[in-house]
Amino acid sequence: MTDIKHDGPRIDEATGVETVGHEWDGIEELNNPLPRWWILSFYACILWAIAYCIAYPAWPMISSATQGVLGWTSRGELAKEMQAQEKERAANVAALADMPIEQLPGNPALMRAAVAGGRAAFKVNCVQCHGSGAAGSKGYPNLNDDDWLWGGDLKAIETTLIHGIRQPGDDQTRFSQMPSFGRDGILTPAQVSAVTNHVLSLSSKAKDSPAGAQLFAENCAVCHGPAGKGMREFGAPNLTDAIWLYGGSRQDVIASVTNAHAGVMPAWGNRLDPVTVKMLAAYVHSLGGGEDFTEQAAPAAPATPAEQTNEQP
Amino acid sequence: MNNPEKIKVPGSHVPGPEKLYEKRKGVYPQKIDGPFRRFKWFVMFVTLTIYYGTPWLRWDRGPYAPDQAVLVDLAHRRFYMFGIEIWPHEFYFVAGLLIMAGIGLFLVTSAVGRAWCGYSCPQTVWTDLFQHIDRFIDGDRNAQMRLAKAPWGPQKIFKRTLKYSIYLLISFWTGGAWIMYFADAPTLTHDFWTGQAAPVAYATVAVLTATTFLLGGFAREQVCIYMCPWPRIQTAMLDEKSLIVTYKDWRGEKRGSLKKAEKSPGEYGDCIDCNQCVAVCPTGYDIRNGPDIACITCGLCIDACDRVMKEVGRPRGLIDYATLEDNKREAAGETPRPVWKTILHLRTLIYLSVWGGLGLALLFALGTRNHTDITIAQDRNPPFMLMSDGSVRNAYTLKLRNMESRPRKMEVAIEGLPGAVMWSEDMPREAAARKIVRDVPADEIDTMRAYVVVPEGARSQKFTFTLRSLDEKGESDSGQTNFEAPGSEE
Repeated sequence: MTDIKHDGPRIDEATGVETVGHEWDGIEELNNPLPRWWILSFYACILWAIAYCIAYPAWPMISSATQGVLGWTSRGELAKEMQAQEKERAANVAALADMPIEQLPGNPALMRAAVAGGRAAFKVNCVQCHGSGAAGSKGYPNLNDDDWLWGGDLKAIETTLIHGIRQPGDDQTRFSQMPSFGRDGILTPAQVSAVTNHVLSLSSKAKDSPAGAQLFAENCAVCHGPAGKGMREFGAPNLTDAIWLYGGSRQDVIASVTNAHAGVMPAWGNRLDPVTVKMLAAYVHSLGGGEDFTEQAAPAAPATPAEQTNEQP
Repeated sequence: MNNPEKIKVPGSHVPGPEKLYEKRKGVYPQKIDGPFRRFKWFVMFVTLTIYYGTPWLRWDRGPYAPDQAVLVDLAHRRFYMFGIEIWPHEFYFVAGLLIMAGIGLFLVTSAVGRAWCGYSCPQTVWTDLFQHIDRFIDGDRNAQMRLAKAPWGPQKIFKRTLKYSIYLLISFWTGGAWIMYFADAPTLTHDFWTGQAAPVAYATVAVLTATTFLLGGFAREQVCIYMCPWPRIQTAMLDEKSLIVTYKDWRGEKRGSLKKAEKSPGEYGDCIDCNQCVAVCPTGYDIRNGPDIACITCGLCIDACDRVMKEVGRPRGLIDYATLEDNKREAAGETPRPVWKTILHLRTLIYLSVWGGLGLALLFALGTRNHTDITIAQDRNPPFMLMSDGSVRNAYTLKLRNMESRPRKMEVAIEGLPGAVMWSEDMPREAAARKIVRDVPADEIDTMRAYVVVPEGARSQKFTFTLRSLDEKGESDSGQTNFEAPGSEE
């Protein structure tokens, strides 16, 4: 098919332009020069490529690529962006670091910034147990609701976050231990059943018996309170409400009484900086169940002037 | 290198080299005066005044909005035009205006031909302005042609430098005026000259200065003839009933000078072949060749021809605004139809009604639009929340839009959903109610979290949030959403 003539270039009659000297099935190509603008752009591209190879990382070598004289790296670029972000947030971070968390509601703008920062930190550190919507699951508390084991005001949440729950080595950690009434033989199975009935009766889910009430008063009321309303010092849940961390069915409650549960949470004070912990507390508090700080905050922060700040009465 | 003379169109069999590229022939329009020229002056004055001046008009909107009469505030996503403020979600008003502008071009073309091209197109206006500068610096047509051919010498260098400097100055002013529409003009002017304006402002000015300089100073009629799509569309819209600049060939031909006409009377028409119509044409076209894309129908050749006809004592209107149909009719000895009949034909009326209808619809929409708006986004994760008292809570993010430039109190209320109450993130749950009053800042969107709680035993159902402005206007808006509750599972 290809038929290359070897008699070389000739001048095309019709156009007066030299041919390239090849012929393909009678088709010849004129040796018109490239347009000047095209060839100049082409040379410019070559120059650009050479300059680029010198200036930026370009050629793959054995262990890494050539560095480029400008010293540009994508990691450096990222670091620069992170630095810019940090710089932008610096004012808020500094303000948060100085402010006792009880005073945060008095500064709505800072509160919003803290909630936003907390939302991001939550996605990284907390969703593994509490879920991306903070709705928790069996054994992992739902943070949206109004039921708090260890307290739901900003200060209490911050303390829980810093010291964790049942963390060995932290003397301020939230700690309590419910006995395994069934497993350890404190109560017989029949007694467990009776006390379970009493517990369920508190939220009208079962019929109570005098024996159950008696057992409850003797064994459970110390922590859960005589009326079963719970006690936050011990993280003892309120047994009268609709929220059951380990399930509210008869079977679930029997299991809880028999074996007891003792949930744990890391002490985030060891892992995160105080500002991030404050942000997390603000975020969790903002989810809709946060409680107002009721203790008098003023003596805790004598250095900070007047603005004692719980917005709500 | 790339010699066009050598290229031959394949298969054209024309002997000798033929050019595919035609070098631009300079256009040096001659000065002329007359009604159309004066009208062109007038339009130029009005359009340039509007363009350069509008951003400097002030309009008091109170303390919460800018006081610039016309402002495209991209940074804050607002568009101000005198008493009208447009939010991004109302962009259909702007889209409507653009569509009206498009149909308006059709309408004008249908009624009076290429009047847009001839008088008010920016390319025409700036070209015209630059051609006046040519005459001011270089002199009239003949002087300009002489100077163009003259070798480079001190005088030519001086004149060219002076002229291009003035071009640049006007171009810069043009580019500078453009950015004033996008920010507060006095502030931006100050920032611009003190180096504090945004880089995009400098870049925009640079680009527009360059385009004005090139398109108005050099490309000129080539934009109309080669670059602009509009003349091509117009050729499809013009027909023998369209009002265009027409050379009355039946009257003008055969062309002959006064001397020739004296020698052999009766043989020659009214056209004395003085070429004045070509000399004054801003695109350098010879109208006697018939209608063409190059004719932007500015009417300057009519002015020129009328003056010549007056001088030689022949009736005016050898070149005139006329439809091709009327031209034929006149040639046949009939009287042409009056101009208003030409303008008011069916197609024009249809365009007019569509254009007007659109305008009225926009005005109606503008007059009746609501300045209050609510949008509702329900939390999906978690969809519902069991509270300790057994009640069920759903959370919503509400956006309350206050489109007035004053702060307003607005009331959000739950409609339907028996027993439901709500509270928001900045109030205690104890204060929960079916209605919440919020202070919505001027010209802003207030984002509010609404926690809606329904007593134990709630079922999933639809309900409505209503928003009402607590002012003399009492505007309201509402939106339906879902309330999710746990199903039958324990």
